[in-house]
Amino acid sequence: MSFLELKDLRIHFPTDDGLVKSVDGLSFALERGKTLGIVGESGSGKSVTSLGILGLHKGGRAKISGEIWLDGEELVSATPEHVRTLRGKKMAMIFQDPLSAMHPYYTVGQQIVEAYRIHHPVGKAVARKHAIDLLGRVGIPQPDRRVDSYPHEFSGGMRQRAMIAMALSCDPELLIADEPTTALDVTVQAQILDLMRDLQQEFDSALIIITHDLGVVAELADDILVMYGGRCIEYGSASDIFERPEHPYTWGLLGSMPRLDRERTDRLMPIKGTPPSLINVPSGCAFHPRCAYEPRTDGKATTKVPDLLETEGGHLVRCHLSKDERRGIWENEIKPTLESA
Amino acid sequence: MSQSTESLLSVQGLEKHFPITKGLFQRQVGAVKAVDGLTFDVVKGETLGLVGESGCGKTTTGRLITRLIEPTAGKIVFEGKDISHMSQGDLRPLRRDMQMIFQDPYSSLNPRHTVGAIVGAPFRIQGVKTEQGTKKAVQEILELVGLNPEHYNRYPHEFSGGQRQRIGIARTLALKPKLIIADEPVSALDVSIQAQVVNLLEDLQNELDLTYVVIAHDLSVVRHISDRVAVMYLGKIVEIADSAMLYKAPLHPYTNALLSAVPVPDVKRRTQRDRIRLQGDVPSPINPPPACRFHTRCWKAQEVCRTVEPPLAELLPGHQVACHFPENTPQDAGPAEPVAAAGDAGDQGIAPGVINPVS
Repeated sequence: MSFLELKDLRIHFPTDDGLVKSVDGLSFALERGKTLGIVGESGSGKSVTSLGILGLHKGGRAKISGEIWLDGEELVSATPEHVRTLRGKKMAMIFQDPLSAMHPYYTVGQQIVEAYRIHHPVGKAVARKHAIDLLGRVGIPQPDRRVDSYPHEFSGGMRQRAMIAMALSCDPELLIADEPTTALDVTVQAQILDLMRDLQQEFDSALIIITHDLGVVAELADDILVMYGGRCIEYGSASDIFERPEHPYTWGLLGSMPRLDRERTDRLMPIKGTPPSLINVPSGCAFHPRCAYEPRTDGKATTKVPDLLETEGGHLVRCHLSKDERRGIWENEIKPTLESA
Repeated sequence: MSQSTESLLSVQGLEKHFPITKGLFQRQVGAVKAVDGLTFDVVKGETLGLVGESGCGKTTTGRLITRLIEPTAGKIVFEGKDISHMSQGDLRPLRRDMQMIFQDPYSSLNPRHTVGAIVGAPFRIQGVKTEQGTKKAVQEILELVGLNPEHYNRYPHEFSGGQRQRIGIARTLALKPKLIIADEPVSALDVSIQAQVVNLLEDLQNELDLTYVVIAHDLSVVRHISDRVAVMYLGKIVEIADSAMLYKAPLHPYTNALLSAVPVPDVKRRTQRDRIRLQGDVPSPINPPPACRFHTRCWKAQEVCRTVEPPLAELLPGHQVACHFPENTPQDAGPAEPVAAAGDAGDQGIAPGVINPVS
């Protein structure tokens, strides 16, 4: 069994308007030392998944079913108290907005010390030294002085570094980064991505990076999972997803982005329509109202949810089009327009 | 995009300093030099992109141009009229010709007004009478931006982010303005929706002969929609050029660093790319570094960069840059070595005295 394995995870929230199926049957596996990128638009269920793995939906109104296996332990059926002992130590999270994820009343050092001492029976002085070490390692200048600074005294990039130091304080084996660079400028984003890559190699941890930016996942991820409407619609290695994508939604994402590495195209090719409401997910394939290839499925797309099937060597696609049709469309229709000047 | 030479907007030496006050008597102890001497022209029918990191003054520039705030110094000339210190009353008629698209479609629409009231507001405020009434005019605009005219009586919360941004654009277009300032028009939207709005902005420009100033931090979006691009750093323009030229052969080291920091969705290249990694953060605009403001983070910085401010000079036709040691020029032999520059602590990183001026 893999280090982290999700089996048919479902996280549903009952609301006054109906049942919100944020995550609806998600399965994937991740090994130590590997990076998984989860890509999707807002409301696709990517953040809910990460909070679910950390057990942060326990005790709330969420209805969780399925299995989450972390290093041989099942977490969905585990008690909240037990998951709490794992959180921070075995798995940790880097949040999108470090200003709201850190406590404004406590110094950065105090917050790292607190996290460390919950899991390690050491004195304050030892923990403080550990915090200074970590701040130095994530590239904060003069860590012995900055350890006593408050979060507001740090710039955005430094706060994100401090956040990473906090997440790393107990050497977690699973690190989840939810939009870690979305709030940062490009030059700082590049610094943080480099840092995360280096630290992962050093700690040999499993990393899940959640983002809407395909550029960021292309930089870091070994494997990529594309989510839409609470389900995985395509999964594969980074080169599968970027060089041989087979799902119309993935094509749409690639066509929507203006790219600096290619000649400027005259027009972007957006996906029509808007992402679905999770209360009222379209019948059949959730993407069918926005899909240009829906007519080629003989109406199957509107009635039946396609299965997530393997096309080749671990590349999974959830689509009613046949493998040959998809490859034909990609090679003859999509790829030329993406690469044309 | 029609390329006439008539400039619609002309900005000269524009400055905005926000005072920092202290104590009981609000004594001024300093100033945030948000915009510190900008000069540029916007030609009729073109799209000028303004890019830069957060805090470089691009949003302040947008607000100055639309005169939502008053400049500390400098001149803003719109259609031959100096509007830099015009009173709000005198400005009102001009507002018909100059409109703004805001970043956040959630906070820029009044939640208690219907779409009809929001898009119809410009007609009401400017006292514009249309032939078949305001309602008809509003519905035509809604259709133009790709919304259903029957949504006239709905409220903003009934729409998605992308649709809300379209409502904002519809309001902007209501009185057929000449100049539109778009401040981060797509950054709050999902990727697939971003592309829809970018295409919409381009279509509207072709249809209505609009002039855009687009403020954004996303360099790939800016390249896609702009004819010319101005790169800002700490309240100044460091480089301004034709979009194709700027992205192909940037002259300023900062532009080069910005471009190389953009993550590219290409797995094959991730190991091959030569990256320039800027160290540290942008210095504070309260006390910007002297002379060339970029010297604290620049790997090419020499003594002269710390003492003499480089002027914004036209090195190539239509390509202005403010740098003593520009990149991609005949003098610049080979690619620059990405040497770690000084951190945010200031000048201490590089030993002074190494003067190697380029003749």
